[in-house]
Amino acid sequence: MTDLVELTMAEALEGLAKKEFTSVELTQAHLDEMAKARDLNAYVIETPELALERAKRSDNRRSKGEKLGLMEGIPVGMKDLYCTKGVRTTACSHILDGFVPPYESTVSLNLENQGSVMLGKTNMDEFAMGTANLTSYYGAVRNPYKDKTNPNKFLIPGGSSGGSAAAVAAGLCMCATGSDTGGSIRTPASFCGIVGMKPTYGRCSRYGMIAFASSLDQAGTMTRTVRDTAIMLESMAGYDPKDSTVVNRPVPCYQKALTGDIKGLKIGIPREYNPDKGLNSDVRHVWEQTAEKLRQAGAEIVDINLPSTQYALPTYYLIAPAEASSNLARYDGVKYGLRVDGKSLDEMYTNTRTAGFGKEVKRRIMIGTCVLLEGYYETCYLKAQKVRRLLCKEFDDAYKKVDVILAPAAPETAFGKDDDSTKDPLKMQLYDVFTVPSSLAGLPAISVPAGYSETTGLPIGLQVIGNKFCEETILRVAGVIESVSGMSIRPLRVGGK
Amino acid sequence: MSYIIKGETGDWEIVVGLEVHCEVISKAKLFSGAPTAFGAEANTQVSFVDAGFPGMLPVINHECVEQAIKTGMGLNATVNKKSIFARKNYYYADLPNGYQISQSDKPIISDGYIDVDLENGETRRIGIERLHLEQDAGKLMHDQHPSKSFVDLNRAGVALMEIVSRPDIRSPEEAGAYLRELRSIVRYIGSCDGNMDEGSMRCDANVSVRHPGDPLGTRAEIKNVNSIRFVMQAIEYEAKRQVELLEEGGKVVQETRKFDSVKGITKTMRSKETAVDYRYFYDPDLIPLRLSDETIEKCRKEMPELPSAKKNRFVKDFGLPAYDAGQLVAEKEIAEYFEAAAKGHDAKKVANYIMGDLFATLNKLGKSIKESPVSPENLGRMVDLINDGTISSRIAKDVFQFMVDEGKSPDQIVEEKGLKQVTDTSAIEKIIDDVINENPDKVAEYRSGKDKLLGWFVGQTMKASKGKANPGMLNDLLKKKLAG
Amino acid sequence: MPMPIDKDMVKRLGILSRLSIPEENTEEMVTEIKKIISWVDQLKDVNTDDVLPMNSVVEDMDLPERKDEITDGDIRDAVIKNAPDQMDGYFLVPKVVE
Repeated sequence: MTDLVELTMAEALEGLAKKEFTSVELTQAHLDEMAKARDLNAYVIETPELALERAKRSDNRRSKGEKLGLMEGIPVGMKDLYCTKGVRTTACSHILDGFVPPYESTVSLNLENQGSVMLGKTNMDEFAMGTANLTSYYGAVRNPYKDKTNPNKFLIPGGSSGGSAAAVAAGLCMCATGSDTGGSIRTPASFCGIVGMKPTYGRCSRYGMIAFASSLDQAGTMTRTVRDTAIMLESMAGYDPKDSTVVNRPVPCYQKALTGDIKGLKIGIPREYNPDKGLNSDVRHVWEQTAEKLRQAGAEIVDINLPSTQYALPTYYLIAPAEASSNLARYDGVKYGLRVDGKSLDEMYTNTRTAGFGKEVKRRIMIGTCVLLEGYYETCYLKAQKVRRLLCKEFDDAYKKVDVILAPAAPETAFGKDDDSTKDPLKMQLYDVFTVPSSLAGLPAISVPAGYSETTGLPIGLQVIGNKFCEETILRVAGVIESVSGMSIRPLRVGGK
Repeated sequence: MSYIIKGETGDWEIVVGLEVHCEVISKAKLFSGAPTAFGAEANTQVSFVDAGFPGMLPVINHECVEQAIKTGMGLNATVNKKSIFARKNYYYADLPNGYQISQSDKPIISDGYIDVDLENGETRRIGIERLHLEQDAGKLMHDQHPSKSFVDLNRAGVALMEIVSRPDIRSPEEAGAYLRELRSIVRYIGSCDGNMDEGSMRCDANVSVRHPGDPLGTRAEIKNVNSIRFVMQAIEYEAKRQVELLEEGGKVVQETRKFDSVKGITKTMRSKETAVDYRYFYDPDLIPLRLSDETIEKCRKEMPELPSAKKNRFVKDFGLPAYDAGQLVAEKEIAEYFEAAAKGHDAKKVANYIMGDLFATLNKLGKSIKESPVSPENLGRMVDLINDGTISSRIAKDVFQFMVDEGKSPDQIVEEKGLKQVTDTSAIEKIIDDVINENPDKVAEYRSGKDKLLGWFVGQTMKASKGKANPGMLNDLLKKKLAG
Repeated sequence: MPMPIDKDMVKRLGILSRLSIPEENTEEMVTEIKKIISWVDQLKDVNTDDVLPMNSVVEDMDLPERKDEITDGDIRDAVIKNAPDQMDGYFLVPKVVE
């Protein structure tokens, strides 16, 4: 039998359909792989019994000839941000200690309804606040990739969906859910050499997804191939009457978009994404090279301007903490999770929240509280919301000229857990510089591996950003990048084969 | 006639604005599908949305929106086609999300007014700044345990309409009249049951004082007063307190106070938040609420006739005095009873019987008008019997009591009990003759100038007729006979 | 005038957000918030006259509304189950003196 962990999801679906192997076998292979790679710390909870039970049910459906889902029998990793009924969910925060949701998030439910098999909950930055997966209460995640100049260096996988990215990259699941508020899917996808997609805001339901910043949070996919992304996105997207901000429009069959044909497509290269400083030269090189390859494949490369780009980060770092400060007020030690007692109600609140939240989360709550205060609200929060509209307008104008935008996903490749930059929150924020603008505009964006750094050998992801609900177009372009990049779509087996 | 507090430094007028919270009548909560029923076991009317669970999201209940629109129409206000929900952030054990979803600068309803009638016959127009939708909080109980409070979230998330008046109220009486009129309007519309004692309608009063013509003084807010009478008392007390304070050279502090109904005083409340700043911002889980023309039109069509319009109609169509009409329309059920009883009958007389005998009876029996033992048809018929002379108004008292006791129609009662008025001149003359013959000495006294004895004769003859003699005829005939 | 960013401000933010910032970390937090606020100050350079604040990228959509039907509730055990302190179907908190 083939080594099942090596397969892409599309290949596995074919194998399952041909009855070359069962979902139980496929699931077991991944559970074994997870056991071998625990030092990555990609999962915070493994659910092998539940997984095998679901796999068995899937096999039964198949053998009985019942209607099968789009992801029938496929083992997936679930970011710990998604509430899963009966399975502990904490958003990797101490404050949700022991919380077992009595309900299922719409995204995880959709995936289950499409036949997939959850293997466990993946590690993440606490409440999705981080760029490096260093803020998790359950510890850092290790990137399966190694820096060839310093192979012993503990590399971060990027954040906040770092556990999902590492798990997908290492073959600890065939695909995993991520969530993206300011780059939380695309940055780790880029750092771990996988495909990460944040669809249009409103494409996937936020019901049951633990909120960070409601106007930005969007569920997305992490896979090893663009085709797998298409399959997974189709499985989890869609209207949901439980979320007032989800868009009611049909979900297309995204795989059909993967024609490989980009002739005549206009691809914009934003000048502002190519600063003199702050962009790794290997990243720049891969970007330029890829643009050239796309031109050779028939696309038209167009220089564009997104002049307000530099204001995206400050805008984001006002809006997201403001919303978070309010979204995280519910963690008060009364209904669920951690409680640290106190003599009075307020003392109990304060003790609980002080002990329950990590440093970065507390920092953002304080900042978010500050910018909503009288005296700051107008100049900070409201101002940011105005700039947000300007940023959206610039994208609107750009999409009058081009079909998609090609940009780096991150200014750097994966860095070390103990690098100096990880100590300075402001510097860490700069890693979001290329992902945040499209988050603010609610646009779909995919990070696809496009090459390796010549210096370190680490993967570099490029971002294809589309207009609203143009997921199909960016998938098509990403598919071409995938095929011209010459990068491996096979997992990096850290535990050996 | 204005309400003035005479102080040592001159006259003071009071300025009051009221914020009234009305619990909206709907089956489900404002943003969840959990029920709103009263009196259920703790935490059984709660969804994960209401309890602020992670990842839970609000979806608005359309019925609550329509109730707000209709109430807005009842307040002669502007229905805003676009309104926005905002979060009011603060911590308390009855607030599971750490914020209340409310509306800030874009409420669903703005700029209205209601006219209120005062006892002296004057009408005052009280402006309404806004009506907005928001979530109610849960309940805390403190008596179950020595060191803990118990939290019940059954009310958490129930829709409230907060109705904010302009500071147009100038006396406790006006405040009472405003609240009664407001209660009457929401009850007519069916958007709130208006029961202050059960907490489905709650009132906060902003009170300040000033010398007439001066700019507004610093106000104190008296929270959560739970009856109209208490609101009036609280305002009266608070205004006096402020005047005394100011005249002693003190300053009014902008603060929250509570009313102690036993002592009849207001006192400073311990502040919930040491440094209050609610940090309102638009709720990113919800987008603006845009009202379709269809929804607004539907609400308009469903609007009942409101008390003020009904009152005007009663004055015009039935010729009732304004004050009486006001009394009758205060409650929808009374107005309906009146209309049913007055239809085709002497409406003025019907109104008098309702406000007199019927109210007294219902009061005694502890019944509502809907449970009235006397049907409106029977009351109307009784008035007919009086007017056509079948019974006298004296006998009507008895007939009314029989109707109360036996529930029969007045015709049946008159027939069975033989209460028909005697209008036959010869029959009455016979009774008078008997009385005169039996009391020659009294007749002599009368004829010698003791006119007052006429009353005695009326009483005796009426008694002899068992009350059935037509009083007017009896009077005339008696005078004639006594004159000799 | 907005309240200046100093130790008092940090204390106030701590009270409002129910977080206790130890005395020795207050100065660090002051610096941190100052840094952020001065960094975002660059937004002043953007001309936003006549630009309306954008609260959501889906703001032009119609707000979905639910029918007035009881579809939830009657799940007390599930609501209470995760509570750190509970009794007789109630959540328990330290006694509130009103």
